Amino acid sequence: MVFKRKDNRKQDEARPITAKVGVIDNAKGSAYFKIGDTEAYAAVYGPRDIYPRFLKNPQKGLLRCHYNMLPFSGMGDRVRPGPSRRSKEISMVTNKAFEPVVMLEKFPNSGVDVYIELTETDAGSRCAGICAASMALADAGIPMKDLVVAVAMGTIGKEVLVDLDYSEEAFEGEEVADIPFAVIPRTGEVSLLQMDGIISKKLMDEVLKKVMPAVEKIHKIQVDAIKAKYGVKK
Amino acid sequence: MILSKEFRKQIIKSLDEDYRLNKRKKADFRDINIEVGCLSKAEGSAKVTIGKTVVIAGIKFNLEKPYPDTADKGGIMVNTELLPLSDPDFESGPPSINSIELARVTDRTVRESGVLDFKKLCVEEGVKAWFVAIDIVPLNNDGNLFDAAALAAVAALYNAKFPTVTEAGTIDYKKLTKEGLPLKGFPTLVTVRKIGDHLILDPTKAEEKFTDARLSIASLDKDTLCALQKGGEKTFKLEEISKALDLALAKGEDLRKVLKGVCK
Repeated sequence: MVFKRKDNRKQDEARPITAKVGVIDNAKGSAYFKIGDTEAYAAVYGPRDIYPRFLKNPQKGLLRCHYNMLPFSGMGDRVRPGPSRRSKEISMVTNKAFEPVVMLEKFPNSGVDVYIELTETDAGSRCAGICAASMALADAGIPMKDLVVAVAMGTIGKEVLVDLDYSEEAFEGEEVADIPFAVIPRTGEVSLLQMDGIISKKLMDEVLKKVMPAVEKIHKIQVDAIKAKYGVKK
Repeated sequence: MILSKEFRKQIIKSLDEDYRLNKRKKADFRDINIEVGCLSKAEGSAKVTIGKTVVIAGIKFNLEKPYPDTADKGGIMVNTELLPLSDPDFESGPPSINSIELARVTDRTVRESGVLDFKKLCVEEGVKAWFVAIDIVPLNNDGNLFDAAALAAVAALYNAKFPTVTEAGTIDYKKLTKEGLPLKGFPTLVTVRKIGDHLILDPTKAEEKFTDARLSIASLDKDTLCALQKGGEKTFKLEEISKALDLALAKGEDLRKVLKGVCK
């Protein structure tokens, strides 16, 4: 069986992506990343003083990522404002996705705050947030070893799909797995991996083989967006 | 940002010549742009840009039991979040008093103008009525969030379409009807700021820091007021209030034209 995707999308094709860098004037660095109907803004402030002060570390800086879904961004009911268990967890795994690349030792005693706001969501919001945050950190000139690229891989039945939308994530006819990845493209290392659903080892191996091609495409879009702001020719 | 007494003197000196540090005259607004229907998951939305200030508003509908004292009416709820993403001076945490005031003033601009017929939001008296949540957030704050938030709220309300109600009585947000809210009229909010003896409109963030007092003025047409809110640490003289009202009513008409242009 071949699972038919909306808009004749191929199994290894992400939804249309728009990426922009430098969208929030007040921020030191900022970015916008839209994939299908999932839309994220990210703003970076710092390195700056940290409060509460006991969090200061003379050895290395503190990176704080904050993920938030705006009240009108959900598929159904209004999302209650303020942190939820879900948003706190996503903030934490987002932070972990960046810790391997951000050179925290370059800004001891200070902190960098990354605010990620979702204005619309149709699945894959943590990945869109990470893609936006990654470009915003680069825009802010925070020392990093590489960008971070995130993509929501998934499986329906025995098929591997790239960038599930909500209707696919919630598909009921077959076994579905939703597997967000964050990858450091230069080394191919994975800094975020989660999975919800049912999947065999064999199929998971298949997913692992298909991550990098998907990552490379998104990585190129991110790099182009950064170059576009700084006037670097492609 | 330089916040010295000298800087304040400079601002006031240039205002004496009706010249602001950003080259505007005292009653000039920055360029305004309103984009409606910019969000796909909200039932109504608007993005308002005034200079470098950007706010977005999203509308969500819900069916709830009406309040006992207004059993034949639905309602609105305005909420704002001063996102730390939009300004290094905004902090995470529970809503600050500034955020609460912004939401309350926006709420009153819509509610007190009477443009929304709350009775028509009632589905079944005492049992079920539509409640409309208007959430407003800044994406970038460069001053005058009050006026921007009110524009965004009204534009988003006009853009909103009711979701479908299934036979079981649940809401299907994925299928919107063609029916818009029962609205008539366009309330606008203009905030007049006092710096020294000068009254200015549409301040940037830098100018806001030097505001001695402010008066937010909501109007429905060129001589009908519908809400007022005085803020800031210092006072207004009675004649200043009258002058501020004239300024706001005139500018309110300009904003109304912009609003009418995007709301069909």
